[in-house]
Amino acid sequence: MAQHSLSDRVAIISMGCTRFAEHFDRSADELAVDAVAEALAGAGLTQHDIDAFWLGTYISGISGMALARPLRLVGKPVTRVENMCATGSEALRAAVYAVACGAVDVAMAVGVEKLKDTGYAGLISPKIQDDGTRVNTSAPANFSLLVPAYQERYGVEPQEFRAAMTHVAWKNHANGALNPRAQFRRAVSKESIERSPAVAGELGVMDCSGVADGAAAAIVTRAPDARKYTGTPLYIKALSLVTGDGSGAADPRYDYTSFPEVVDCARTAYEQAGLTDPRRELALAEVHDCFTPTEIVLMEDLGFAERGHAWRDVLDGVFDRDGELPVNPDGGLKSFGHPVGASGLRMIYECWLQLRGQAGDRQVATAHRGLALTQNLGGAPGDCVCFISVVGTNPA
Amino acid sequence: MRPSTTQPGPYPPTGIVGYHAYLPGYRLQRSEIAAAVGATARGERCVAGHDEDSTTLGVAAALPAVRGRETAVGSVWFATTDPVYADKTNATTVHAALDLQPDVIAADLGASLRSGIVALFVAARDGGLAVLADRRGGPAGGADERDGADAAAAFLFGEQDPLARVICTASVTAEFIDRWRAPGAPDGATWEERFGEQRYIELADQLLASLSKAGAEVGAELGDVQRFAVAGANARAVRSVASIVQQATGATLEGADLADVIGNAGAAQTGLALAELLDVARPGETLLLISLADGADGLILRATEATAGRGEPMRAQLDRRVTIGYPQYLVWRERLAAERPRRPDPDRPSAPFAWRNRRYKLSMAGGRCRACGAVQFPLPRVCYQCHAADDFEPVPASGQTGRIVTFTVDRLAFSPSPPLVSAIVALSRGGRLQCELTDVRGPIRVGDEVIPTFRRGATVGGIRNYIWKARPVYPTTPAPARPSGAEPES
Repeated sequence: MAQHSLSDRVAIISMGCTRFAEHFDRSADELAVDAVAEALAGAGLTQHDIDAFWLGTYISGISGMALARPLRLVGKPVTRVENMCATGSEALRAAVYAVACGAVDVAMAVGVEKLKDTGYAGLISPKIQDDGTRVNTSAPANFSLLVPAYQERYGVEPQEFRAAMTHVAWKNHANGALNPRAQFRRAVSKESIERSPAVAGELGVMDCSGVADGAAAAIVTRAPDARKYTGTPLYIKALSLVTGDGSGAADPRYDYTSFPEVVDCARTAYEQAGLTDPRRELALAEVHDCFTPTEIVLMEDLGFAERGHAWRDVLDGVFDRDGELPVNPDGGLKSFGHPVGASGLRMIYECWLQLRGQAGDRQVATAHRGLALTQNLGGAPGDCVCFISVVGTNPA
Repeated sequence: MRPSTTQPGPYPPTGIVGYHAYLPGYRLQRSEIAAAVGATARGERCVAGHDEDSTTLGVAAALPAVRGRETAVGSVWFATTDPVYADKTNATTVHAALDLQPDVIAADLGASLRSGIVALFVAARDGGLAVLADRRGGPAGGADERDGADAAAAFLFGEQDPLARVICTASVTAEFIDRWRAPGAPDGATWEERFGEQRYIELADQLLASLSKAGAEVGAELGDVQRFAVAGANARAVRSVASIVQQATGATLEGADLADVIGNAGAAQTGLALAELLDVARPGETLLLISLADGADGLILRATEATAGRGEPMRAQLDRRVTIGYPQYLVWRERLAAERPRRPDPDRPSAPFAWRNRRYKLSMAGGRCRACGAVQFPLPRVCYQCHAADDFEPVPASGQTGRIVTFTVDRLAFSPSPPLVSAIVALSRGGRLQCELTDVRGPIRVGDEVIPTFRRGATVGGIRNYIWKARPVYPTTPAPARPSGAEPES
């Protein structure tokens, strides 16, 4: 038994993405309609031309009707999927599989999330009825566990690691300042990042991604048909998903300096895409910078940096927009906020723009490499799901 | 009407085989309390943490008292004036936290001050465990709030190598109004203290006569008593009775300053007084404990050679303390409503879920995989390491120490006393816990030693969520010199 690559069987032919913001004036339904309309217009299609839909949403709707209702879809198969922060990517994965297996010709993945209707601070996850025994820590607290563990394992001084965390936030906000779809469009000084109010552990407010509403959509079709819709399709080179067994907290072998799920997921994705040196082969990577230490650890788990060296590479500018491998050139979760169901497709949207030379002021110089990676992480260190895609401009 | 007297019980050859007094780590200056009503006061009182209640205080005292003798516990008797539940038994929570066998009865003794000594009497009859725990308070700035205390003590009775043997008991009962409180009301009331003082002086005389008679039947005399202690909520009565007993027996009064340095712990005060007696007793000495609550009750014990093996004395905990301010105390006691975080309130714990999960939730038991040896909490169906299913032997976390693997201070999560501190803890005998830390007094570092401790979480819909946390182990500092007449043990 083995997993097999879908490489180059499916292509993205159009995308849409709303601005990510505190859309107090727009419902989840309206955001979905906006993203879908943009994607359809880009391919010159109507909703009647789409054979099947997948909706990724974490807390903003239940069942496929959450998409069928606002779009008034008649007689279509519509499915809602959820896989924590990989929810939007999961919708894409389902749509790609449907096309790859020949069940449909054209499929759409839509991700939408409405977080700003709750009135609470931060992300509110759905509660499963339990007995209250599990520790009720917040997401920033869970990810802040990486910091003391990493410093301890690699002998990194707290101020050095702090500087690397600050650089991640500074870089992503600088990138987001150039992106009209970002929630925050302002560069932030390193001083103000380090002065931000404490949230959890070593994390301040500016080490955390924002909370926003947003939606994004992608239309996929069989690769040989893609050029009927666009001269510049993006081909799916790899789709990989690893769901953790949740044993991290219980297993003494897990030391909170890595995401083993990401390591496994990347190995599979690189095999599918034929990558051997991702740091030099990828034009860009859109990774899950939910919190600044997450991005640092991801650089190692994704094979972009040696173990124990990512903090140094970050400080050396390796992952800056003009660095060796631009990471989160669109501004990342830091600038976009994290409307959970939409984030994975928002990352693909940046690849769509960058690899096709449409990223404007923030266009990366490495676009000629022709391959881009997106990565989502849902859950907490030791207990998470990871999704990775690789997309490219050239068919095999 | 003449107060009734009880005859000495036909006690089997029994004694106290283990005991522990628990003083919560927080102290409140009485001057701060008194200042709220324009008064002055001296000293400090002992205060339970925000995540402690009478049940968790009782567990904290009982765990060290029964450690290694869990299978010898014949019964559990829980005494408090501040029960968490009415209708539902609180002793069953203690029973679960101690991971005792189902055929051990666990029962509450009502919410009166007298329940403390009664728990001792009842436990002495069947090798039982007496758990005396209380949280005392009262109207803001008043004497009850100022002079009260939160504390617990537990005593395990048995026949095997007791630290002190039970010689005899006696009781005198009387009906009069000295202290009273409506069920569930936070504040009690007291009649003019002198009225109660006179009643207790009379009762003490009768008690000494009864003890003398009871002692004679087993060949003991009041004159044999070398050390004694008196507990009661009426401070004047306690002082006067102590003076009477001293004259009658010539014995040394112990623990006279407990109410000053700790406060009066209500139903648990009798337990603190007895712990004090046992802490200072030398082998062969005869000890007398007197409780003054709606009558007078006396217990005569004789220390054995085994007293040399007793644990750390109660007073060693006096120095391990953190001073909190009066506003903090009022918030912890829910007398002031604190601002709540902009996060959803916790859900009501599911009763069926908690019942299914009781071995982990309340007894803190995990399992060791028989196939590969990996220890894991909670007990899973499938081993994370070798994936063998349903093949585990139980492993308790309670009684072990642990080391912090990594940790965080969470300023966003819901907590009755933010911030919430949580950690991954590696246990000394294998396996790890993810749990909240409590009683954190300073900076935490990876590698710090912690001990699992039973605490309360949120209360939702009247259901109190009990959970195991871990508390850092801080280095012991020397206890202050004993102010009483007795010489410290060498």
